[in-house]
Amino acid sequence: MAEQAMILLVFLPLLAACLAFVLAGTPARVIAGITMAALPALMLPITVDVIDQGEIAHSLGGHAAPLGIRLVADGSGALMLWLVAIIGSLASLHAWFSFRDQPDAEGTFWPLWLILIAGLNGMFLSCDLFNLYVAMELVTLSAVALVALAGGPVALSAAMRYLLLAMLASLAYLLGVVLIYNATGTMDFRLLAADLEATPEVIISLVLITVGLLLKTAIFPLHVWLPRAHASAPGPVSAVLSALVVKASLFVLYRIWFWSGAELDLAPAEWVLGLAGAGAIIYGSLAALVQSRLKLLVAYSTVAQLGYLMMIFPLASLLAWPAANYQIMAHALAKAALFLAAANILRGQGTDRLQELGGLDRRQPIDLFAFGIAGVSIMGLPPSGGFLAKWMFLETAWAQAAWGWLAVMVIGSLLAAAYIFRALAGMLTSRQTEFQARIRPVHRAMSLSALALALLALASGFASSPILELLGLEPPGLSVDS
Amino acid sequence: MQAEIYVAASAAVFGTGVYGLILARHILRKLLALNLMGGGVFLLLITLGGGADGPPDPIPQAMVLTGIVIAVSATAFALAMLVRLYQETGRATLELEDDDQEGGGDG
Repeated sequence: MAEQAMILLVFLPLLAACLAFVLAGTPARVIAGITMAALPALMLPITVDVIDQGEIAHSLGGHAAPLGIRLVADGSGALMLWLVAIIGSLASLHAWFSFRDQPDAEGTFWPLWLILIAGLNGMFLSCDLFNLYVAMELVTLSAVALVALAGGPVALSAAMRYLLLAMLASLAYLLGVVLIYNATGTMDFRLLAADLEATPEVIISLVLITVGLLLKTAIFPLHVWLPRAHASAPGPVSAVLSALVVKASLFVLYRIWFWSGAELDLAPAEWVLGLAGAGAIIYGSLAALVQSRLKLLVAYSTVAQLGYLMMIFPLASLLAWPAANYQIMAHALAKAALFLAAANILRGQGTDRLQELGGLDRRQPIDLFAFGIAGVSIMGLPPSGGFLAKWMFLETAWAQAAWGWLAVMVIGSLLAAAYIFRALAGMLTSRQTEFQARIRPVHRAMSLSALALALLALASGFASSPILELLGLEPPGLSVDS
Repeated sequence: MQAEIYVAASAAVFGTGVYGLILARHILRKLLALNLMGGGVFLLLITLGGGADGPPDPIPQAMVLTGIVIAVSATAFALAMLVRLYQETGRATLELEDDDQEGGGDG
C-alpha cells in the first residue's frame, strides 16, 4: 500500500499534467485541484509505514539497483513529502483564484505546476544520483517556466539568469556523478557509503556535486539569481520556489554528505560550508533590511534563512539533524505564507513598494495578519516552529562550545526581527494618503490560504513531538554532542 | 592510451564551455557554451563506460541518452525564452536590473 503510494506521488501529478495540458481551461483546474488534494491522502500510508519500520523502499518494476530505480522514504524524506503536499495544496488553492482572471497564463500554469510537484516528490524519494539528476531537471525547467509566466522584461531576465545558472549547476553535478560512478561503480546513496575513499577523483567529484547543489540552493555567494527570480514570479510560484524548490537540492546535499560520505573525514570542507552559511545569514539579512519592495525583502530573507541550514555542517551532531529538518519545515511554511500574503498585498494595492503601503491594516487586515504571524516564525520568536529550530541549533552550538557560529545565529535572528518589523511598521502606520481603489480584488480564499500556512508555521512549534518522532532515524554520519 | 586522449579531450571541451559561459555576453553564445559543457560530460561518460577489457557497461550509455534528451529540451526551452526576451526588451544580453524597478508577479 505504502509502496504504491510512493509511486503515485510521482506519477499521478505527471499524468495529471499531461491531461491538464490537453484539456486546458476549467477541466485543467479541476484535475489539478483533485491531484493536489490527493497528495496528503497518499502520504498517510507512507507515514504509518515509516513510523513503523523507520524506512521503506521500492524498486520500480522489480529491477534491483544498480540498473533499476529505487524509491526510498525515511523520516526526514517523509517530512519533506508532507511539506510538498501541504504547501502545494494551499498554494494551489491560492492559484485557483489568482489565475482565474488570466486565462492565457492559466492554460500553461497548471501543467507546469503539476510537473514541478512531480519533480519535487521525485527528488525527495530518489535514492540514486542519476535519477535525482532527472528529477532535478524536471524541477528546474518547470520552475524557470513558471517564473517566466509572470511576463514582462523583469521576470523574463530573472528567469533567464535562473535557467543559465541552473543548467551550469546541473552539468557540474552530472560531471561529479560520472566521476563517482567511475570510481565506485554505483550511484545508490546507501551503496556508495561503503565504497567512497578519499581519492583525488572522489574528492573532485564531491566538490563538483556540492558546488552544483549549492548553486541550485542559492547559498551565498552563489545566491545572485534567487532574489529577482523569486520576487518577480507569480505569488503561488514564489511560495513554492522559496519554500520547497531550494530546499530540495539542499536535502540532496544532506543525503550525500551524511549518508554516502559518512565514512569520509570532511572536517575542513564542513568549515567552508559553515562560513558560506554565516555569510548568507549576515548578507541576506542586511540586504533584506534595505529593500524598498516587499517581495524582494521576503526573497532576501530566504537567502538569509537558507544560511541556517548550512550550520549543520560545522555543527554536525545528533541534535543538529532535527534542528536542520525543523528549520527546513518552519521556514518552508512561514516563507510560503509570507510570499502569498505579499502577493495578495501587491494585487490588492497595485504596488508592493513599502513606502506606499501605509494604513494597510484597514485595507487588507487578513493578509497583514498572515504576514505578521509568519514573521514571528521567521524571527524565531516563541512559540513558533522557527523558534524551536533556532533553539535546537543554539543548543548544539552551546554544547560544542562553538561560540562563533552561535554569535552568527543570534545576530541573524536580531537582523530578521529588524527587517520583519521594518516591513510591519511601514504597513501599520497610516500616512493619510488617499486610499486608491484596489487594483484587483483579492478573493477571501487567497488570504485564507496565506493565513493557514502562517498558522501552521506557528503550530509546528507546539506539535513538535510527533514530528521529532517521525524524524527518528538519524543518518549514520552524526555523533552525539561531546 | 586511447582512453586518456578522450578523457583529456572531454576535459578540454568542458573547460572551453565554462570559459565561454562566463565570458560571453550574448545569451545565444552562453547557451552554446552550456551545450559544449554537456558534450564534454557525455564524451567522458562514454569513454569511462567503454570497457577496454570486456563488453561496454550499458549504464553509462543509458545515462548519456537521458542526458542528451534533457540537454535538447533545456536548450529548446532556453531558445524560446531568449526569443521572447528579445521581443520584450530588444536585448539578447542580461544586464543587472535596478532593484527598485517594478516587477510583475501579482498573479
